[in-house]
Amino acid sequence: MYKNKKRANKSLPFFFRDEFKVCLVIILVSVALLITTFTFDIVPPILNRGIQPATFPKALLILIIVMSLLIYYLAIKNPWKVEKKLPKSFFLTLLSFFIFVLISKTLDFFLAISALSIFVSYYWGEKRIFYLLLVGIIFPVLVFIFFETILGLRFPPGIITNIYYN
Amino acid sequence: MENLLLMMAPLFSSKLLLVLFFGTLFGLILGVLPGLGPTTGGALILPFTMTLDPLSAIVLLTSIYCAGTYGGAITAVLINTPGTPAAAATCLDGYPLAQKGEAGRALGMATVSSTVGGIFSVIILVFFAPILAQLAYEFGQPEYFALAIFGLTMLASIGEGSPIKNLIAGAFGILISTVGKDFMTSIDRFTFGINELTEGIGFIPVVVGLFAMSEMLTQSTLINQVFNRIALKAIKLPSKDDYKKTWKTILRSSGIGSFIGVLPAEGGTVASLIGYSEAKRFSKKPEEFGKGSIEGIAGAEAANNAATGGAMVPTLALGIPGSATTAVILTGLIIHGVRPGPDLFREQPDFLYGIFGAMLIANVLFFIFGFFGAKIFARITLVPNKILWPMIFAVSVCGTYSLNQSIIDVWIMLFFGVLGFFMRRYGFSVVPVIIGLILGELVEGTLRQSLVIFDGNWLMFFTRPIALTFFILSLIALAFPLIRSKKFKK
Repeated sequence: MYKNKKRANKSLPFFFRDEFKVCLVIILVSVALLITTFTFDIVPPILNRGIQPATFPKALLILIIVMSLLIYYLAIKNPWKVEKKLPKSFFLTLLSFFIFVLISKTLDFFLAISALSIFVSYYWGEKRIFYLLLVGIIFPVLVFIFFETILGLRFPPGIITNIYYN
Repeated sequence: MENLLLMMAPLFSSKLLLVLFFGTLFGLILGVLPGLGPTTGGALILPFTMTLDPLSAIVLLTSIYCAGTYGGAITAVLINTPGTPAAAATCLDGYPLAQKGEAGRALGMATVSSTVGGIFSVIILVFFAPILAQLAYEFGQPEYFALAIFGLTMLASIGEGSPIKNLIAGAFGILISTVGKDFMTSIDRFTFGINELTEGIGFIPVVVGLFAMSEMLTQSTLINQVFNRIALKAIKLPSKDDYKKTWKTILRSSGIGSFIGVLPAEGGTVASLIGYSEAKRFSKKPEEFGKGSIEGIAGAEAANNAATGGAMVPTLALGIPGSATTAVILTGLIIHGVRPGPDLFREQPDFLYGIFGAMLIANVLFFIFGFFGAKIFARITLVPNKILWPMIFAVSVCGTYSLNQSIIDVWIMLFFGVLGFFMRRYGFSVVPVIIGLILGELVEGTLRQSLVIFDGNWLMFFTRPIALTFFILSLIALAFPLIRSKKFKK
């Protein structure tokens, strides 16, 4: 089990504090998006009704930046609660998401679901073969068939789905 | 009389009864499972509703909403973990009472007060939704814009989180709604050359990502957590003495819950917190709160279930979601080609009163299921996360893919899962994102159309009395968290 050691937030330099990092990320992303809005096409005055398409997102992004600065200012007075360190199981689950994307893009959608289910279940502590098969094969097959027959869904092509669709 | 007959229509349709039965059952299971709940469940079930007619689809979603809200109480009482956020206040007294060996009594009170709260709110819905819809005939584009702004400012007081963080999340939700082709000029915005994004970002990938996938990541940090489960022998109906102690609290909380529910964007979580604190304020024995007070359970549970009917009022009458789950229901309505608003009341009363009737029946059904099946539902919490969450992942992925048959939607869902995890970790609620996303098009559309009407003169907004009223209410909504925090400090 992972240990959650309390870090002394106030003793940390400001750039290591959560509030600084979170606000910085929000502001950086917002600024990047704000710059993007300047690349939007401009509607000629004769066709334009009301405001330009970029105006509304620009206003929103400026609002987000201002509010982020405000939360940072408030956090200087009242620092945020120190968050627990993330355990290994979190990073493995996150990694499984990336593996899912990779497999679904290159090999097979169904295979990706199976692989993620087995991977996550195993790393979360399930070592019994039957249950791994249940979550990794039996259940996804049932879901696959259900979606395929009830909703008439056609899953994206891949090694296994191609065999199924012949 | 005619409307009453329309309300009873679901009772005479075997198909609707079957839908209600499964919806209530499914809602209860979702409510019992911590981390799931009616919002996630509704989003997951939405693709399946495509096989149903519109009324059955919405009946399914609303029965999940009603039963899921109640189901959270079972977990709150037995394992001190709210099955849904709306049941958080129930933990405060439900679990201590269960620890004293009175789990059956705690759940009995939760079941009765939830049912009373739910039925009370449906009555409010039946009376107030048509009145609100009638008022909405007076609304033009500027009024709808002001109303949507009011709904968004209400996000400031969602839950106990920072109001500014909630507003940032709401603004982010609106920003997501701007992705894709601009609806007035067809100019691409934030598409980054990805063709699939020209249609915009769908509601389902965002909801499933923010709720289900982020919860999966949260659960991954808790895999070694051990719950202290309290055994449930049998659920007990409240005694005469309990009824004497709580009837006023139940009625008060039902009123509070219905009122909070009607307010745009607020929902069961806020309602239960206020219902609980008011129950404590009016109690003759406030010192018992937090130690297993039966009034505490009644106050919280009546309020959160009363918010279900209340939240349906603005959803159906104005197309403004009253809570995160009603945002899912609103999406369901739109997917099935039903446009909420005043015209719906005039043109499809049978559809509307069918929903009202179904909600009433769902409240009775979850009482029966809860009373006779709480012991079985409690067992669902025994399903280990290492089995449950991979299964939820499979359903989430297929469900998200199925709506547009787009793999990009699945990746968007995963992206929002990761984003939602970090948002929650740093105190940003994910609910405002959903509300912002659903209101985004309305806000931008009505703003731009209003500016066309006003010839670009912003000040004209303040010359319209209804719009001005909503702007004043918005200011009050923004100031409310400040007033509340000062009051709590005192």
